[in-house]
Amino acid sequence: MTAVLRARRLTKKYRGRWALTGCTLDIPAGHVTGLVGPNGAGKSTLLNLAAGTLAPTTGTIEVCGGVPGSGPAQLAKVGFVAQDTPTYPTLTVADHLRLGARLNPNWDDALAHRRIERLGLDPGQRAGKLSGGQRAQLALTLGIAKRPELLILDEPVAALDPLARREFLQDLMEAVAEHGLSVVMSSHLVADLERVCDHLVVLVAGQVRLAGEVEELLAAHHRLSGPRRDVDTLPAGQEVISAGHTERQSTLVIRTEAPILDPAWTVSAVGLEDLVLAYMSRPAEAGSGPRPALEVLR
Amino acid sequence: MIEFHLDGRSGLSPYLQLVQQVRHALRLGLLREGDRLPTVKDVVAQLAINPNTVLKAYRELEHHGLVAARPGVGTFVTRTLTDATLAAHGPLRQDLRRWLARARRAGLDDESIEALFMTTFRTIAEEEIA
Repeated sequence: MTAVLRARRLTKKYRGRWALTGCTLDIPAGHVTGLVGPNGAGKSTLLNLAAGTLAPTTGTIEVCGGVPGSGPAQLAKVGFVAQDTPTYPTLTVADHLRLGARLNPNWDDALAHRRIERLGLDPGQRAGKLSGGQRAQLALTLGIAKRPELLILDEPVAALDPLARREFLQDLMEAVAEHGLSVVMSSHLVADLERVCDHLVVLVAGQVRLAGEVEELLAAHHRLSGPRRDVDTLPAGQEVISAGHTERQSTLVIRTEAPILDPAWTVSAVGLEDLVLAYMSRPAEAGSGPRPALEVLR
Repeated sequence: MIEFHLDGRSGLSPYLQLVQQVRHALRLGLLREGDRLPTVKDVVAQLAINPNTVLKAYRELEHHGLVAARPGVGTFVTRTLTDATLAAHGPLRQDLRRWLARARRAGLDDESIEALFMTTFRTIAEEEIA
């Protein structure tokens, strides 16, 4: 597997508060990876470390084979659209493109202008006067026209209305199809991630709780419902991710690679949203520490 | 040319939905031999889905001999699914109608009929896989 991002026991501490506490992670190249987790889980910290706008407290992170932010060649390989898709409010759309051309060695000027034209953005318009959707599209244009190997997006669609969100994701996916770039994006909108991501990372309390290919993760998790029973009586190899009990019934989300043979259970599939929620609400001690077995290593 | 759509509540993964939509179109004669499927880029731009999802769906269709990719040109339909089976629909539908009438006479309501059909269908499908 060629990893586009490789973190080993990565930690980050801000003035006495730990944002990442030993994050070990491999993200394969050529994928669109969704990064999910509750607020304060460390998603933005991880993305900023990958972009090189923050330095780790301990541990290592490697992005596209180099240390983030380590020099012009490394900066050219990684595009980063920070939270709330920042632009320079007093500069015009055309100024942004000129800036992009000056700062990025692989800048694709034709692509940038084609996109701006197709989006119907007025090159003379100041970025501060653009709508949220237009500003996000301008930031995405800069990210794509830079022609990076990896594009990192922190909550790019959070502030957008459904139409602007869909248009943004359409354009992002088109760029992935056309240029084969890898993408890592954080979002709370699992329904969006379900469409666009083929790889998923769940980050909770500064640690990776789950990482892998979406299809494989969905195939390995099941919802079981049946007569109430103690989860300790489950066969080995069935890992309980979440459990709910009423007086008579138990409902579990389990992870297993093997078929479920117990006829007492009604087995159903777990959707991505429920899967993410199960891992997000899982007590810390149960899933403590990174588990290499959960990662897809190729 | 067909246009894909995705149903978020179908319970089927997006790639299987694409495969199924092509198979449906082939069965209904909406797609014929020689027709070109939308390009991966067109599908992702339209649906905002991961390109690998589309590639996977097209590979699966190719694996079943329904389409063939011509590098640099596109993916083309090589076989239809309408042929002989469509003619068999009529008699089968009649059998099914008779069976449904018998189920009603036996006192089954809609829900029971559907449950009976689905469990039998699944059992047979599983037996065939095993």
